[in-house]
Amino acid sequence: MDLTLTSEERGFRDEVRSWLEANHPGPSPEGDDQARFEFEREWQGKLHEAGWAGISWPKEYGGRGATLIEQVIFSEEMARSKAPRPANVLGLVMGGPVVIAHGSEEQKERFLEPILSAEEIWCQGFSEPESGSDLASLKTKAVPQNGGWRVTGQKVWTTFAHEARWCMLLARSDPDAPKHKGLTYFILDMEQDAVDVRPLRQITGEAEFNEIFMEDAYIPDDDVVGGVGNGWMVGITTLMHERAGLGAASAVALRRELDELIALARERGAADDPLVRDRIARLQISAEALRLGGLRTLTQTMRTGIPGPEGSLAKWQWADTNQALTELATEILGTESLERSDWSYRFLRARANSIEGGTTEVMKNIVAERVLGLPRLR
Amino acid sequence: MDFGFNDEQQEIQRTAREFLSARFTPEKVRELAESRSYDDALWSEISELGWPGIAIDEEHGGQGLGMVELVILCEELGFACAPIQFLSNAAAGLFIDAAGSDEQRGRWLPGIASGETLGAAAFTPEEDAIVPDAQGAAVLVLPQGDDGVLVERSAADVKPLELIDSTRSYAQVEASGGDPLPDAHLHRGADRLMVAIAAELTGIAQRAMEMAVAYAKDREQFGRPIGSYQAVSHRCAKMLLDTEEARSLTYYAAWTAGAEPESLPLAASMAKARASDAAWEVAASALQVLGGIGFTWEHDLHFLLKRAKVTGELMGSAREHRERVAGLVGLAAEPVAG
Repeated sequence: MDLTLTSEERGFRDEVRSWLEANHPGPSPEGDDQARFEFEREWQGKLHEAGWAGISWPKEYGGRGATLIEQVIFSEEMARSKAPRPANVLGLVMGGPVVIAHGSEEQKERFLEPILSAEEIWCQGFSEPESGSDLASLKTKAVPQNGGWRVTGQKVWTTFAHEARWCMLLARSDPDAPKHKGLTYFILDMEQDAVDVRPLRQITGEAEFNEIFMEDAYIPDDDVVGGVGNGWMVGITTLMHERAGLGAASAVALRRELDELIALARERGAADDPLVRDRIARLQISAEALRLGGLRTLTQTMRTGIPGPEGSLAKWQWADTNQALTELATEILGTESLERSDWSYRFLRARANSIEGGTTEVMKNIVAERVLGLPRLR
Repeated sequence: MDFGFNDEQQEIQRTAREFLSARFTPEKVRELAESRSYDDALWSEISELGWPGIAIDEEHGGQGLGMVELVILCEELGFACAPIQFLSNAAAGLFIDAAGSDEQRGRWLPGIASGETLGAAAFTPEEDAIVPDAQGAAVLVLPQGDDGVLVERSAADVKPLELIDSTRSYAQVEASGGDPLPDAHLHRGADRLMVAIAAELTGIAQRAMEMAVAYAKDREQFGRPIGSYQAVSHRCAKMLLDTEEARSLTYYAAWTAGAEPESLPLAASMAKARASDAAWEVAASALQVLGGIGFTWEHDLHFLLKRAKVTGELMGSAREHRERVAGLVGLAAEPVAG
């Protein structure tokens, strides 16, 4: 057991750190969403030129081929320096890895480079209004038609859909097959009239997400990934990449927010309130348990080569902790927290944490069934 | 970066699990707990395996290993719910090692390491402190203000306590004078002991969770295993979260003791706070999963539940440790009223 970095790992960290110091573009511009997006696109271009964009991707596909620990170090350094997120984050952590794992040579040739450079933005069309946790029940239908498919249906909670050129789309290609077997994973061209994108305004007032309406949208056969009827398996790979990719960064972000909360408690004279002290200590303990649990999982994955379902535990812990943290901040601020402010924004935004990327209830099901081996209800 | 046990540590863990499950069968634990007694033959066996001296240096007859190895044993002893003097004897070793003079270390550590001359220590700071296993020890580490003193058992008045946990023996001790521990590092021993206790609590939580999960798979109501109901399965998932958080924090704290001592005070209190809550909450939740049978004397869960409650209070409650954590992460210490 050694929680310090090896000299090689330290060397890698120093390399990331000094590159970030020299190239950090400053914070993303506030207010104008379009300006912000272009800023983040440019930032990704810079990351790509230096070989950081596809850090986890194999070298033959333009990535860095970094080890798991290097990926974690990179995420931590990005979070620590408050670097903006790259514009095409979904393409980098989900779309690209799926094409690499399941795509044809032609698809790799066509899609990967523009993902890395952020020339082509990707979004993800999985959830539907009637298919949230029960994703495999989704109804968007794909009907074969001379060398391609016609797709009709509605997707929801699609981040970046209004900027995206491509959508990772799960649709039902065989209505007669059992629900997990009748799905296919497509790459949908968003630049066609049959695809309509509308912003979805959320409780914070902003629109991070969109809805997509498809009416006979066209997809050529060449843009099926992993074979017709294999969509569920391919889609699950996407979600595993999502959970693995976001783990380390979320622990660092939580740490930073907790430090801000401690500073807030001191500023507002709440530092000697025993109830506040107890709750901050609980948050400190949860944040550390999350960080350390992530490192234990990482070691396990490096030793066995398999990421376990423990990522579900981390997603649940993170959501609970971030919600408790932002709730405490509003209590310290008192009625001032009812005004629109950074903390009130975070407080409202945190409500989505236990829903987005898999609800806490689904995480508990996964833990119960796959880790503890309890019988399935269904 | 590697947050896992090495081969030797895995071997210690595997051996301990096998040995303890063979020796401390549920029947054996029940027999000892109901009679509030220990088995001397088992202590001899454990001593032959070198366990009492695992974290004591070789110069004093120990194995010269560290807190990680001690924590592995404590977790397994908690998992086994073993009635044995291990923790109290190890505690005396940790205190004497941290704060004793060369002469005190030379006099007492070899007996503690070999298991032939046992030590015991106060696990609470008050004058009427709880001293587990004081009855059978040769030397006691007792609090005196902020410092500690060594008192020989023959010079102390030991009053047995009947706590709800009958898997360990407890006492209060009256003594005056004693041989002061001169080094100012008594707190290092205390921090290490907190981590050892957190490990035992983690083992208790793991065992209670396994009992609940096994029962939830087996027990049927309304024609289905109760573990297929989310009201039950989500309760079990929470047990895993509690146990794993306690485990991560405990292993980390054990590692800091050797590798990063400046991080030990915060790490030890985080581990102790989390493990105290986890052991109690998992055991209590397991009782709910077991339902009526879990409330009977006949079922073994209550030995774990009571041990979780009592052990959770030793060397500071979860609440007290969170107060210490708050102070250590940048909130000034709570002002004294008045």
